[in-house]
Amino acid sequence: MIEAMFAGTLGQFSLDVALELPGTGVTGLFGPSGCGKTTLLRCLAGLTRLPGGFLRVGDDVWQDGQRFVPPHKRQIGYVFQDSRLFAHLSVLQNLRFGLLRSSEKHMLRSGEKHMLRSGAKHIAEADVIGMLGLEPFLARYPAKLSGGERQRVAIGRALLAQPRLMLLDEPLAAIDRAAAHEILPKLRDIAVMFGVPVIHVAHDMAELERIADFLVLMRQDGRIAATGPLGAMLTDLSLPLALRQEAAVVLGLTAGDYDEAYGLTLCNGPGLSVTVPARLGVGEKIRLRIRASDVSLARERPAGSSILNILPARIVEVQIGEGAHINLVLGVGEGERLLCAITRKSWDVLGLRLGDEVFAQVKAVALAAR
Amino acid sequence: MWPAVALSLELATVTTFLLLLLGVPLAWVLARANGFLGEAVAALVALPIVLPPTVIGFYLLLLLGPHGPIAPLLGLRTLAFSFTGLVIGSVIYSLPFMVQPVRNAFRGLGPAPWEAALTLRASPLDAFFSVALPLAQGGILTGIILSFAHTLGEFGVVLMLGGDIPGRTEVLSIVIFNDVDNLQWGEAGALAAGMAGFSFLAVLVMFLAEKRMARLRA
Repeated sequence: MIEAMFAGTLGQFSLDVALELPGTGVTGLFGPSGCGKTTLLRCLAGLTRLPGGFLRVGDDVWQDGQRFVPPHKRQIGYVFQDSRLFAHLSVLQNLRFGLLRSSEKHMLRSGEKHMLRSGAKHIAEADVIGMLGLEPFLARYPAKLSGGERQRVAIGRALLAQPRLMLLDEPLAAIDRAAAHEILPKLRDIAVMFGVPVIHVAHDMAELERIADFLVLMRQDGRIAATGPLGAMLTDLSLPLALRQEAAVVLGLTAGDYDEAYGLTLCNGPGLSVTVPARLGVGEKIRLRIRASDVSLARERPAGSSILNILPARIVEVQIGEGAHINLVLGVGEGERLLCAITRKSWDVLGLRLGDEVFAQVKAVALAAR
Repeated sequence: MWPAVALSLELATVTTFLLLLLGVPLAWVLARANGFLGEAVAALVALPIVLPPTVIGFYLLLLLGPHGPIAPLLGLRTLAFSFTGLVIGSVIYSLPFMVQPVRNAFRGLGPAPWEAALTLRASPLDAFFSVALPLAQGGILTGIILSFAHTLGEFGVVLMLGGDIPGRTEVLSIVIFNDVDNLQWGEAGALAAGMAGFSFLAVLVMFLAEKRMARLRA
């Protein structure tokens, strides 16, 4: 559990937040540019000091009225947008920079025995190099790396400093899309494989839909708009997320049988099954993204439809405005939710009401993570 | 002629070494200071660039001479007209040639590598030695070459502070001056050519090194 409270103004940014974040998984920090996401992250790292702030990570207080633990005494891993590799060191030396300084020997020597991660598993160099595919360029210098490669090294370097908390400041914003696409799942692996909680700042919601478990939504004025588990946040009609053009939900499913003849895998979640056009291994955990605009409604189960995924659903929330479209939340399976955007005219023609049993036709699903 | 060459080289070496110990930390502090006080100290350090060497020599003579405050403190009659006096004078005279390039190098780094080092468990002292110093090596090399070459060619301060004592304070540039005074054009020419050649090589090495480092970092 991470507890943070920061209020104050720094230059042109003002921040006023009180947060409780889970101590596991990936937490996404999302908001318009200039809302103070980076400032908040820097406060967590101790790189920026806001007097009067409070920060507790697990049982350790890193900042309160009297105390301010300097950044080098906080067990964090920080990945900057611009990677900040040390130009005078090779990739391997960069990777070992924090590793050496977080070793037991180093800590005992500098009298920081308390910083040893009691009970935590040591994050091994070979595992990190393997996960991030760094083997081919260990001997190279940062100047000879591409943007994506640099960021992979920066992630590895931070992870090898044996952090209890990883702070990622838009690590994929400055690199090309293909490289970013490849790195994104690795950010989730930090939390899943190495058990280190991740706070990931992003300005692209699609990134967070693929990897986040928990979401913090910030407003332009440096305050928190809402926090909560990803699923609940995505389907909250009172938040701007659910009303976006590309509003979507993610479903966590387990892959079942693969239909060789058609190249489809049947994936199962609580009380529902979805056919996914991909070859997946039986038992594989996947994350499926379904856009509101890809879901349409029918009163009766449609016969003779080309759409494969037709799910019995119930209208659990609706927001009707003056515009042509209305936004709905549908309950499917056992407690899962879908977003659906239909025209106000369709709503009236079908005579739909809150609580009605309907059929949700899902035109397309996208594999968000596997 | 050769004792003067040896003396000049010795003076330049000792001065450059002291400037590394003194100038680099000072440059670090000045690179991070952004208030008025920082700029005022920086201006004071830079003063020898614009001040006539005789003026610096004059004040140093007052400071280090028999009636100045420093020598009695050390139990000496005077620091003027001694090698130690010359070293002190040279350090002050060449200080900006070490501090300016190193300060600019530290400034050029910005806070980015520094912050990265802190988030990787490096204490501020550790981060200075393992990150800031090696990354500023280009500026430090420039500082070393400029300080050395500048001290080697020193004239006004030495003459004011050290007088002209052969073997003790008679440095290269003073020998050249005396040679010309005594119409010994041959020796003056050889020394002048040697100085010019050395200075050219030093600055050339500096430029080549800078270019090479810029290419490595690109």
